[in-house]
Amino acid sequence: MEKWPDNKAWFLVLPVVVLVCFSAIIPLMTVVNYSVQDILQPGMGFFVGTEWFERILHDERLHGALQRQVLFSLTVLLIEMPLGIAIALALPTRGWGVSACLVLLALPLLIPWNVVGTIWQIFARGDIGLGGAAVKALGLNYNYTASATDAWITVVIMEVWHWTPLVALLAYAGLRAIPDAFYQAARIDGASAWAVFRYIQLPKMRGVLTIALLLRFMDSFMIYTEPFVLTGGGPGNATTFLSQFLTRLAVGQFDLGPAAAFSIVYFLIILVFSWVFYQALEGMGKGASK
Amino acid sequence: MARIELDRVAHSYMDTPRGEADWALRRLEHVWEDGGAYALLGPSGCGKTTLLNVISGLLQPTEGRILYDGQDVTALAPQQRNIAQVFQFPVIYDTMTVAENLAFPLRNRKFDRDYVARRVREVAEMLDLAGDLDRRAERLGADAKQKISLGRGLVRPNVAAILFDEPLTVIDPQLKWHLRRKLKQIHEASNITLVYVTHDQNEALTFAEKVVVMYEGQVVQIGTPQELFEAPGHTFVGYFIGSPGMNLLPCTLDGGEAVVEGGGRIALPEDVVARAAGTNAALELGIRPEFLRFDPRGREGLPVLVQAVEDLGNYKILSLRLGERTMKAKVAEDSEPPGEAGSLVFPAEWTKLYAGGHLVG
Repeated sequence: MEKWPDNKAWFLVLPVVVLVCFSAIIPLMTVVNYSVQDILQPGMGFFVGTEWFERILHDERLHGALQRQVLFSLTVLLIEMPLGIAIALALPTRGWGVSACLVLLALPLLIPWNVVGTIWQIFARGDIGLGGAAVKALGLNYNYTASATDAWITVVIMEVWHWTPLVALLAYAGLRAIPDAFYQAARIDGASAWAVFRYIQLPKMRGVLTIALLLRFMDSFMIYTEPFVLTGGGPGNATTFLSQFLTRLAVGQFDLGPAAAFSIVYFLIILVFSWVFYQALEGMGKGASK
Repeated sequence: MARIELDRVAHSYMDTPRGEADWALRRLEHVWEDGGAYALLGPSGCGKTTLLNVISGLLQPTEGRILYDGQDVTALAPQQRNIAQVFQFPVIYDTMTVAENLAFPLRNRKFDRDYVARRVREVAEMLDLAGDLDRRAERLGADAKQKISLGRGLVRPNVAAILFDEPLTVIDPQLKWHLRRKLKQIHEASNITLVYVTHDQNEALTFAEKVVVMYEGQVVQIGTPQELFEAPGHTFVGYFIGSPGMNLLPCTLDGGEAVVEGGGRIALPEDVVARAAGTNAALELGIRPEFLRFDPRGREGLPVLVQAVEDLGNYKILSLRLGERTMKAKVAEDSEPPGEAGSLVFPAEWTKLYAGGHLVG
């Protein structure tokens, strides 16, 4: 192919560059800008270097929120992934039951997030909520507004209720894509149900499960709306996760510098975790032998 | 190894089959002799795969029984029948090595370690996979994967039969030949009954000792490749096998001769005429393009017009107009070049008479 004598082609990508600058790069750089300055009033700021980063990394409240966040994400992943796979395996594969089940499963995903919080806030109440009252009727002393453990359990169950369907749907799609011949060959080879799962279904679902895991990790790690509506981060700080901590910092206290510094750290944490998960899952299938 | 008998087997995928067309397999009576190499040939949708799945037990036939060596196995699941099946697309267990793949059917059946290791090695050597035993099966080519599928069948002791469902579909042409030869070698060495489903006549004719031709859920002819070529038992066989297929001409009988459209007369043997006399079914004359003799000078036989000449290198195919019909004739490359007209001679030995599609003689 002949080379162009000039670089006019760059003008063709200009609209995209402008758009991306406007929607992504400039907002991001604003955050970077804030994170290294102390702004006293609009138009008046001092360069403070890494001070905000140092302060935020030594903030005990942040350490608490980070620990809770990691624990929360691990807990919901450990529940949602196996549960989602189990549901996918139990779903019917033909007939009218398929559509019925898929619609039912998808319902929680269609509800706006703050509505999910509201639903559970009412559902879990000990006096008028069906769920809360039922638990109380069993003789348990349950109150998610007073007990940190109860609040935790409620938030986790809400999250599982809300998002397991996504994992189940993805896993189901992966299962449906396996050709019949694999199951037929397994029957002829005398494979047990467990062997079919272990050597056919699980390996064939690896791709969709990687996506499910990444999506669920990122979303749960950034969770904000539902616990905010349900518990408001309490009792105390028991269910205050990173997003909510950040919001308090930025909007509540108007500490824009530390909040910006923390935003960047937050972003990097998610990036690193996702990358590690991705690498681990990719390697899982291939690393076993050379 | 076993002799497999189909006793009035029929299958329909519908809950309540009504007409003939609802049956994927119409009532079938057939014996696969122990140690035979069979090809099951037919167009797509004729019931080949259904028949194969009925034999292996993946499908329960709607009617009839399947017997292995005289024992009724109709109700048994495939894993209890000790049968092997190779599918159109290679099935391998992605996360396992080649050796683990081959060992899988034996491990599931709880054979002891030493025996498994020995069998895996033997089969791998038979299939030229010995060098790849420790590699992951996922990384091999389609042909090696298909060999692994086959190996999982061979590795088991006393397999009743190995069934192949168009196993070479996804294999490169030059490797197909190699795999087909391998199959023949294995058959000669092990004498396992092989049933090989295909819609490719070349594959069927080179692989099998006996070819079973299926059409619309029925077996229309069973025979050696030569029998299928020289004396098709059904007009479908004549048309499906051979390239181009058999010429078919509607005809009536008059005295000892067949009268075709346009009034041409072709002499037939007496016994054939006698047998055809009783039927009311539509009569057709069939003759293969290879056996028609074309006379470019029009001295004997029925007059025809030359429509087209296709030169295929080592032979020519002539399209000839006979009345309202087009006949194909295969002539030698060095034969006299045809003009605009000529005549066709029907050698009595190769001219077959069909009544309602079935061979009279």
